Amino acid sequence: MQSVADSPTSAAAEINRNLTAEQKIAFLRDMFRIRRFEQVALKCYNQGKMGGFLHLYIGQESVAVGTISLLGENDHVITAYRDHGHALAVGMSMNECMAELFGKATGCSKGKGGSMHFFAPDKNYWGGHGIVAGQTPLGLGLAYALKYKGLRGCCLCYMGDGAVNQGVFHESLNIASLWDIPVIYIIENNQYSMGTSLERSSAFKNSLSERAEGYNIAWDSFNGEDIYEIRAKTQIAVDRAHNESRPSVLEIATYRYYGHSVADANAKKYRSAQEIEDYKTNHDPLRIWQKTLIEEGVIDEATAHQLDLDAKHEADEAVKFAEESPFPTEADIFKDVYYEVDNETGSGKRGKHFFND
Amino acid sequence: MALINYRKAINDALAEEIMRDENVFIIGEEVAEYNGAYKVTEGLWKRFGDKRLVDAPISEAGFIGLGVGASMLGLRPVIELMFWSFAFVAYDQIVNNAGCVRYMSGGLINCPIVIRGPANGGTNVGATHSHTPENILANVPGVKVVAPATAYDAKGLMKSAIRDNDPVFVMENTLLYGEQWEVPEEEYLIPLGSADVKREGTDISLIAHGRSVLIALAAADILAAEHNINAEVVDLRSIRPLDEDAIVQSVRKTHRAVLVDENKPFCGVSAQIASMLQEKAFDDLDAPIGRVNTLDAPAIYSPPVEKLQLPNAQRVVSKALTVCA
Ligand SMILES: Cc1ncc(C[n+]2csc(CCOP(=O)(O)OP(=O)(O)O)c2C)c(N)n1
Ligand SMILES: [Mg+2]
Repeated sequence: MQSVADSPTSAAAEINRNLTAEQKIAFLRDMFRIRRFEQVALKCYNQGKMGGFLHLYIGQESVAVGTISLLGENDHVITAYRDHGHALAVGMSMNECMAELFGKATGCSKGKGGSMHFFAPDKNYWGGHGIVAGQTPLGLGLAYALKYKGLRGCCLCYMGDGAVNQGVFHESLNIASLWDIPVIYIIENNQYSMGTSLERSSAFKNSLSERAEGYNIAWDSFNGEDIYEIRAKTQIAVDRAHNESRPSVLEIATYRYYGHSVADANAKKYRSAQEIEDYKTNHDPLRIWQKTLIEEGVIDEATAHQLDLDAKHEADEAVKFAEESPFPTEADIFKDVYYEVDNETGSGKRGKHFFND
Repeated sequence: MALINYRKAINDALAEEIMRDENVFIIGEEVAEYNGAYKVTEGLWKRFGDKRLVDAPISEAGFIGLGVGASMLGLRPVIELMFWSFAFVAYDQIVNNAGCVRYMSGGLINCPIVIRGPANGGTNVGATHSHTPENILANVPGVKVVAPATAYDAKGLMKSAIRDNDPVFVMENTLLYGEQWEVPEEEYLIPLGSADVKREGTDISLIAHGRSVLIALAAADILAAEHNINAEVVDLRSIRPLDEDAIVQSVRKTHRAVLVDENKPFCGVSAQIASMLQEKAFDDLDAPIGRVNTLDAPAIYSPPVEKLQLPNAQRVVSKALTVCA
């Protein structure tokens, strides 16, 4: 089994040695974009411009950016409801994402999904799922389909530390190992599921990912504050999926700065202000990456600042786009329910599909 | 025309679709090497091998979710549930994922899966194994539900279900697997959303789906022979989409209706139809609509008593006589 000790570490790993300066800067840009997008979204949420939940990814940006940076043509991504970061990391535009939050017809899901349900199949991004661990067999199925079609690829299936206690995740692990399915479960361990700390929700010995041992699945557990570390460790699992068609479980330690969702009034009650401050000061993935790049001479302070300003500007523009976009119409309620109805096929035209009158 | 049983008709449909489309595969418990718990997939593993017939562990949520995920990438899984009663452990995957993913993605993602298996009482297996969840599932916009009553319908509907690009749930019946009907050699499809008049009549409409259609037919024979009542029997075949026109047309002709339905009464399929008829055929009705459902308690084990709990011809006849009185 893979453990932290016997894997090549971070910057020296082959996958990182070959990075160009542009690629390294792109990671920083992507992380700024996620953070600024969400900060601006939060402001709009508080102004009452959107409904429902808003689960912020801020603090965890390196996980999505680092892992997704490794993917190729036949590699796929699926995640839970904390999905803005992954969406932007796969290349979705701020406009379509912001418009979705505003419930607009120009949103990525035409205003039908909302914050928890972003999708972009054209970018191998399969959502955005609101039921805790509900996406874990879907990730398995995407990887199953790749294998069925004889494609060399994998599916990264993200989940929270709270999701490991759902039965369907264990069913999925068993099947993944039993049938050699190239799925990689990435547990983004931010130490809390809503207001419940890891210690109060999960029984484990050394790590959550170690549970994979019982299914004979390779696993690893590592720190997510450094992009090099994430890429080095995740690449091992990607290679395993590509070369051996074997699953992996990776547990990446990370932290969310905001409440579970914006409506989480207890954000500061179940954890101390010092704890949050410590992460922001000493473990922030953006700061750490920016510092690394400055030390390497890849970027200077001013250029980094400019990336941040650009991200903020892009997010502000996305708000304008969202505000100017139309809402879906009442008639749109009945579109996108059935393929056969939308496409006016014989099947879609026969019999009653909607029972309103 | 050859006489073929319901089980074989489904088996043929599956084999034909496996041969027609390389993306079709069957997954479920005991479907391959064991030949199916009810032998519906008998011989298919031998013919088509491991890739197309997949024995899954006892993890309904896991393998139904897998099927949904695989269908998003273009495969067409046909998932067998040993009993539809076991769908409840996978309810989240069925409703939240299969039922909602197209909508929530604004139409970007399709879910062309079929889930099939028996959904019936009457086999003395107790309450946990006797559920008929077609009403519950048909409540979910985004999914489709069919319930074939004959081998002919089972084959034609199964083939349409597999070719459909939306999730389709096929409600079979263990009591019908061994029953024979005429089934043509040549290929045919039965479209979803089309009911079938199984018996023409003038005096009352008996409207049913699944095995209840056969009960309605038996009741119609008794009504004709003993009471001089000429009943029409309408087989819904498809619950969602629903062929409302066929139902309304029949009631316009007969002016009376008894709905026969193995669901429990509360919000059963027949409740939906009764509601629809009072809106659309109120002036055509000469009497209140009658319903015959499974008696409203968990399925009893005791074999002779379970017979009484389910709809049967005698109960249909009594209800029809009240409605015709
Ligand atoms: C089946 C289910 N149960 C409960 C919830 C409500 N809920 C949403 S998120 C959440 C906490 C999950 O925490 P975790 O898996 O650690 O992910 P994180 O929010 O930290 O990213 C809960 C209880 C849900 N969405 N689905
Ligand atoms: Mg968590």
